[in-house]
Amino acid sequence: MLPEPPRDRMRVQRLQDALFHQVTRFFAFSVLAILAAIIASLLYGAWPALQEFGAGFPFSAEWNPVADKFGGLISVYGTLSTSVIALVVAIPVSFGIAIFLTELCPPVLRGPLGIAVELLAAVPSIIYGMWGLFVFAPLFADYIQPVLSMTLGNLPFIGALFQGPKNGIGILSAGLILSVMVIPFIASVMRDVFEVVPGILKESAYGLGATTWEVVWNIVLPYTRVGVIGGVMLGLGRALGETMAVTFVIGNAHRISPSLYEAGNSIASTLANEFAEAASDLHVSSLIALGLILFFVTFVVLALSKILLMRLGRSEGEKT
Amino acid sequence: MMQSTVSTKREMSFSHLREDATTAVAHGAEPKIKIRNLDFFYGSFQGLKHIDLDIQEGMVTAFIGPSGCGKSTLLRTLNRMYDLYPGQRATGEILLNGKNVLSPDQDVNALRAKVGMVFQKPTPFPMSIYENIAFGVRLYENLSRADMDNRVEWALRKAALWDEVKGKLNQSGLSLSGGQQQRLCIARGVAVKPEVLLLDEPTSALDPISTAKVEELVHELKSEYTIAIVTHNMQQAARVSDYTAYMYLGELVEFGLTDEIFIKPKRKETEDYITGRFG
Repeated sequence: MLPEPPRDRMRVQRLQDALFHQVTRFFAFSVLAILAAIIASLLYGAWPALQEFGAGFPFSAEWNPVADKFGGLISVYGTLSTSVIALVVAIPVSFGIAIFLTELCPPVLRGPLGIAVELLAAVPSIIYGMWGLFVFAPLFADYIQPVLSMTLGNLPFIGALFQGPKNGIGILSAGLILSVMVIPFIASVMRDVFEVVPGILKESAYGLGATTWEVVWNIVLPYTRVGVIGGVMLGLGRALGETMAVTFVIGNAHRISPSLYEAGNSIASTLANEFAEAASDLHVSSLIALGLILFFVTFVVLALSKILLMRLGRSEGEKT
Repeated sequence: MMQSTVSTKREMSFSHLREDATTAVAHGAEPKIKIRNLDFFYGSFQGLKHIDLDIQEGMVTAFIGPSGCGKSTLLRTLNRMYDLYPGQRATGEILLNGKNVLSPDQDVNALRAKVGMVFQKPTPFPMSIYENIAFGVRLYENLSRADMDNRVEWALRKAALWDEVKGKLNQSGLSLSGGQQQRLCIARGVAVKPEVLLLDEPTSALDPISTAKVEELVHELKSEYTIAIVTHNMQQAARVSDYTAYMYLGELVEFGLTDEIFIKPKRKETEDYITGRFG
């Protein structure tokens, strides 16, 4: 028989455990509390604008501080279109970077290249903004925009996207700068998840005579699906909320146009530009309403990605 | 053929090999795979030393030996799996149907389609049971839906798995038990109709009943495929193989008919290993 531990020591241990339990629970629930507080204060601040302009606020293209008329469509369009452009460019590039780093790269280059990709993520966004405005935009206007106009601009339907003023500033430029900013996020997450694919699984596919591409596309990608989509969502989250860099190159014009060369505005850039100068209460309230919309868009994006993952899981076959 | 610099020890093993080769020829025709003077390097470390070995068509050849002796390495040279890793290289000759697979102009993917492989652990692909089989077939053949259905059923029957999975072909391959997963991997290897099957310790992660099933399978498959199996389990080698190669420290110590190796090995080292006095 083991001797019973002393009574009071047991009591102290039990007290410690209970305390630990309470403290961790407090931390976990404080996340919920903060989230609720943010939503509440956004709703409170946005209330006057939502009352004045009604449910049509996100769909109205009017933004006129002089007449005190506000609607969110221009900014929402700017945010969504720049983010979509960023992902369209960033996903394939990041995928290529991750495949090269994990499957094809000579071991000596793997470390330096991986670090370089991560350093790209460490560059402050203001640097991207200044670089975009002073270096990228002029080059883009002189060399790339004319070429895009002459090629893609002649296609039916999407041609209109690539016509317009070629001054290097606008939705397309903002989207491309964003893509450079999100590539390191997506690429490093993809690389990390590709690295955890068991070598033996890849060898089994190679053993059937599959090429590197076939192995990556059919085995590695499905195996790491959750991580890859998580990485893309991380990038999208950054693209949706990015303020400084976008404000520099998007042009800050309150209009909506079919051309991606035209200047526009995103939610974040509108907030950054106008918050300090908002004269009327309704203006301030409308800006807060835009913030609420951004919050909502991010939430919807997250929810959609979860649904997408569930769908994919079902198409691959039940696990039980 | 022999060099005067080779040690006496190796001369002995070579002389045995020559005898074995004679027996092999007496047993069958031209060997399916002829390995000649094969050396293998992991960077500067030599993993295989001057291997000469014949693998007979329609027979099971087992590679046994203690860990690190090079038996898995030898298996992985046969389909050039080592090509995936920089720094690993092989010299010498491996003649499959008389053609040297180590030559640089060998199409590695085509070789691997001809020489299938099953690994230590079951490795079902992250897709349905059906797709696990169809994946490899699609790489090289363009079958209609009906033909593919037939091929999948045929491969699963070959692997003695059809009856267990026929109602749930759309479920994930990961939903099967370990033994079923390994048979799925064998079915996947068989489905592409290879000429040679390489089994790298195929039962090391399986329970005894699943092991017995896989061994039975090896027995049935050998009439149509040439099989090379690496195993840590000497009883398994004795049960399933026709020929056995005992390897130690990267060298082929003894090679011959399984019955002879296990009943009256010619080399003392082999006998010590088989009887459990060493290894």
